[in-house]
Amino acid sequence: MRRLFRTFIFGIILGVIGAGALVYFRPAVDLHRERSLIAVQPNGGNIERFRINLPSDRILVGLPGVDNSIPAALEWPGEGLLGDMQAEIFIVHDDDNAVVGVASRLASSSEETGPFIEWAVHLPARGTIYAQMELIPAADGFRNGVLRSGTREFQSLVGNVREQFVSEVEEGDSQGRIVLEAALVGLLGDEE
Amino acid sequence: MKYVVSLVIGIVIGAVLFVLGLYYNPFTSQAAVSPLAVTTEQVIDLSFSAVPQENILYTDDGESTASPYPDRVAKLLEPAVADTRVWVTELQDGRGDATGIGIKFSSESEQTRLFKGEALTNSVWHVYLPGQGTLLIDQTENNWSYFREVVIPARINSGKNWRGAFHGVMTNGPGALGTARVTGGSGLFADLESESVESLTARGYSAILGPVSMNGSLTIVVPEAVSEGEAEEE
Repeated sequence: MRRLFRTFIFGIILGVIGAGALVYFRPAVDLHRERSLIAVQPNGGNIERFRINLPSDRILVGLPGVDNSIPAALEWPGEGLLGDMQAEIFIVHDDDNAVVGVASRLASSSEETGPFIEWAVHLPARGTIYAQMELIPAADGFRNGVLRSGTREFQSLVGNVREQFVSEVEEGDSQGRIVLEAALVGLLGDEE
Repeated sequence: MKYVVSLVIGIVIGAVLFVLGLYYNPFTSQAAVSPLAVTTEQVIDLSFSAVPQENILYTDDGESTASPYPDRVAKLLEPAVADTRVWVTELQDGRGDATGIGIKFSSESEQTRLFKGEALTNSVWHVYLPGQGTLLIDQTENNWSYFREVVIPARINSGKNWRGAFHGVMTNGPGALGTARVTGGSGLFADLESESVESLTARGYSAILGPVSMNGSLTIVVPEAVSEGEAEEE
């Protein structure tokens, strides 16, 4: 009987240690990662391209005038609150067309706030790119912008972000696509 | 045979004891008072509903308790975004007036350590306040207290719901004091580098429907120079 009791106590200790080891060593969250498709720039840093297929990757389009909004039945605040501000939220793909994140694009021509176009590209396993774009696109069709801030993997980087609307229709889109190109480099003196 | 049965029962009881210890660990509770409560800087307080159906848009992979809203919104089904949630909400000022819009992306964090009472998410807010500008808030949130005091009690309740009073500071980094990092984008916030804290107040939660009565708030520190610019604009 005493040996049986000792076995029972040993089992309890084993259970506590086993459960503890499981919780401690087994990751509670293991995010899916796509292989990063990065090209190295001649002058250092790297270039990464993302694409958004239209219209399939639209999660939200909030425009002044409810009739134009996506998804259906979206109760977008009126012009009284947001003025002419346009908000869009997209699913983001990498250059191989694999989904890697989500992004928001806000644009306004309001004189009150000052006109702006900006992106927040959220890649769950990596971090977020916060970019501010120029209001007028360049002659090559790209709209140039700068990385205003980054989080996690992008926190210590600086660089440029370019946006282009490509009207050629490819697989997965029927209205064209938006291409985002991030050319980022580590700060001088950064150990990484 | 009886020794094996005794050992197995012991292991099960040991595992249950460990889980109970983890759940009731008093050293893993979160602060209910914001680290910005004693700041001498001016702050902007923004509040929002944390109930999906009271927001402009909410979506995830469709597998969570809360249902995507509106009904026909795209779900985040692909593996890379399946642990991500998107909120779009109207932000209100201290008087309850609509003052802007906030888009929140949040994803479960691989830094989660349940052993230490950390159920972490990485989240960013992309905020537009008309007449003031845009900003990005980068934060790590710890949902452990929320799970422990609201979600789990609702799940084990026979009625599958929880009613009570929960208030917690969700932000726990990346700032040294457990604050979020704020980067201004345009308008008055153009060159802003500041900090922020998000907190959550819950009064009702259903294990079937998700949040029933829940509000969040964002407290953003605004340096004097920005507030002065705001006053001049007015």
